[in-house]
Amino acid sequence: MSPTLAAALEGAAKIAFVWACVLGAVLPNLIWVERRMAGLIQDRPGPNRVGPFGLFQAVADILKLLMKEDVVPMYADRLLHTVAPLILLVPAMTTFAVIPFGSTIHLFGRDISLVVADVNIGILYVFALTSVGIYGLVLAGWASNNKFALLGGLRSSAQVISYELAMGIAAISVFLAAGSLRLQRVVEYQASGTFLGFLPLWNCFPQAIGCLIFIVSAFAETNRVPFDLPEAEAELVAGYHTEYSAFRFGMFFMAEYLNLIAASAMMATLYFGGWSLPYLHLTGIFGSLASIAVFAAKTGFFIFLFVWVRWTLPRFRFDQLMNLGWKVFLPLSLLNLLWTGALVLWGVI
Amino acid sequence: MNPSMASYLPILYFAIMAAIIPVAGLAAMSLLRPSKPTPTKLAPYECGVASPTEAFDHRFSVRYYLIAVLFVVFDVETIFLFPWAVMYHRLKLFGLVEMLVFLAILVVGYVYAWRRGALSWA
Repeated sequence: MSPTLAAALEGAAKIAFVWACVLGAVLPNLIWVERRMAGLIQDRPGPNRVGPFGLFQAVADILKLLMKEDVVPMYADRLLHTVAPLILLVPAMTTFAVIPFGSTIHLFGRDISLVVADVNIGILYVFALTSVGIYGLVLAGWASNNKFALLGGLRSSAQVISYELAMGIAAISVFLAAGSLRLQRVVEYQASGTFLGFLPLWNCFPQAIGCLIFIVSAFAETNRVPFDLPEAEAELVAGYHTEYSAFRFGMFFMAEYLNLIAASAMMATLYFGGWSLPYLHLTGIFGSLASIAVFAAKTGFFIFLFVWVRWTLPRFRFDQLMNLGWKVFLPLSLLNLLWTGALVLWGVI
Repeated sequence: MNPSMASYLPILYFAIMAAIIPVAGLAAMSLLRPSKPTPTKLAPYECGVASPTEAFDHRFSVRYYLIAVLFVVFDVETIFLFPWAVMYHRLKLFGLVEMLVFLAILVVGYVYAWRRGALSWA
């Protein structure tokens, strides 16, 4: 087999694997987990009729959304109204291309790095795509020509510009420690030694503040409770997707969950060692497969955290949200950056 | 094509697939789903107002434009931090001091904006 053909097959296999995992396994089950968890926390059964334990609820939901009438309100800008969910959905899905989901696997005489595209700008790419997705929200709000939708879109942009700064500076501290923007390298760095002699070198230990800022900002960036003001149902009906129905509404729904999964994967990758296990270095095929399982478990934990928080905390007020971003997180993230710089200089990490 | 550009190719395939799936779904389902628009159904959503609804084409004030301008300033700062962070292991103490000076100048502007109330949501 020629090397070009082998490389193309390898790339296609990795893309197929990531799509099957994200769209085939994680996304439908996440919808089920969220609704069952809501039931558990609110002391009610939750969906339990479609299939065993209601496991096929997501399939029923998707089929229903596909078969419903697609209403475009008469004053809406038809082109932008159609394009907006795509602008949101495509970057949400494309984020997964750079997240490393395992170590290097040795198969068919080739060393295959378990990441679809190990680009040398890693996190910068993720931040860029997240920002593009926001255009989808703002355009959806504007194109609907409805005051609730417009206010929702404006809120989401105000929220994103307030939290992206702190999130970006917190992430820069991670690359300061690892010395590279490449995400596979960031994980290898965290697997490479210990912090203070006994803790794993996961960034969540030396950069505890940065880790906290990143996690809270991720909640704001994905519009999840307690920062779900762009779609606060008590005041804005459904926010930017008030005027969307059927499958177009489903696209917003999908994009929101995809962003949640991507944010969970990023937390695991940047701060909790990605696919690496503490104190253990597994090698061979078994080690590579174990690394995929470890990454899935860590991502699963953060997805669980998102759901748990959603059904536990109340919503912030908008001025509180802006103050937290600009007056607390921004200075703290700069301090965290200098602290990390000092740690690197002292040779502690 | 040079190797660093080639590493971006899978991202292109990813984006194309991500665009095709929803568009195909939307197109295919237009054959199956009902379409019975009525004037009431197509009216913009309104809540608790008895009068006929209309398009929201009034002027509106984006009150956070000042915060948006500040965001641009600080976001440019973040872009300067990226190459610094990658090179930090070679710059060592010199890099840290240089960045302290850079951040100190920015913090002056940040404190000024804060004191003038630009960061307050009112």
